[in-house]
Amino acid sequence: MISQWTCTRKKGAASSELALQFDGDAAFAEKKLLILPAIFDEANKMRRQTMLLMRELNAAGLASALPDLPGMNESLQPLSSQSLTQWRADAVLAAEQLGATHVLAIRGGALIAPTSLPGWHYAPASGARLLRNMLRSRILASKEAGREESTAQLGEMGRKDGIELAGWQFGAKMFGELQDAEPETSDQHSIIAQSDLGGAGLWLRAEAGDDMAQVKALAALITNTLMPT
Amino acid sequence: MIEQSGIDAGDDTATNAPEDLAREAATDADQQAVSDTEEAAAAKVDSELKQILCDVLGLDADDVADFDEDTGLFGHLPELDSMAVAGLLTEMEDRLDIIIEDEDVDGEMLETYGGLLGFAQTKVAEG
Repeated sequence: MISQWTCTRKKGAASSELALQFDGDAAFAEKKLLILPAIFDEANKMRRQTMLLMRELNAAGLASALPDLPGMNESLQPLSSQSLTQWRADAVLAAEQLGATHVLAIRGGALIAPTSLPGWHYAPASGARLLRNMLRSRILASKEAGREESTAQLGEMGRKDGIELAGWQFGAKMFGELQDAEPETSDQHSIIAQSDLGGAGLWLRAEAGDDMAQVKALAALITNTLMPT
Repeated sequence: MIEQSGIDAGDDTATNAPEDLAREAATDADQQAVSDTEEAAAAKVDSELKQILCDVLGLDADDVADFDEDTGLFGHLPELDSMAVAGLLTEMEDRLDIIIEDEDVDGEMLETYGGLLGFAQTKVAEG
């Protein structure tokens, strides 16, 4: 089911954002998983896998919600005016409105996951790791087009004026925050490593794919904890 | 070894000979061990790099096992666009514990499997 949630901020007008939701089984209605997806380029690679995971959880009876934050996915807000700080606050708000009790953050989603909710970080990635990939992609594409660019030069540009990387428009604040951002962990969060699921991370794929064995392994880790038999 | 025989002037050379031989053998064994280690390290980089390519290209290990020196990569495999190559290089950094500078990346290094492997092995050997 696609529903909406309202993102209100201290500054600026409230924006209406979409959220994909599965209701699960009424018998387990007291638990609901907020999913913070992989971000930027990795969002595309992980989209299908994330969707399959939600279906698998739903089949097991667990409800879940995948909100768009402003600037993500179907949102009408520009990415260039977003920041990680803002997204962290938005994620807390989305969790409240959507009635989430737990959180699963995937890859860069761990950079904005609410520490107030218990849950999991699946293969959490640092902001620097995500940026390194996108900067490198831009340098390679520029080189092919006959333009020489360097990480240092692009970094300076990003921090000062913002920058477009791999088709994503980053504002200066977002860029600067990404350079230093590390997944926030707390005692309430368990890390799920890729090796816990077997196979290779789907975010590495040149072309987006899916892997049902990994979906089932990830769903089982979550449902075994949240829905003890 | 000759010098040592000279220093141990009173000794019967026959008693020194086995020691010398043993030393020589040890040196040979060391050299052999060093070259074995280098070979093992190079082979490890080869298998790690193939695994990364499997993971990036979504191929089975069997498909990538046939990659040789001349197997074309960037510009030959349509799925290896600049974003995918960036992912490949970043994953190489993480798994091989190397740092790839902007200026390291050129067409030659990315064009064939042999080029990429040679680059990775040199980087790993440099530590």
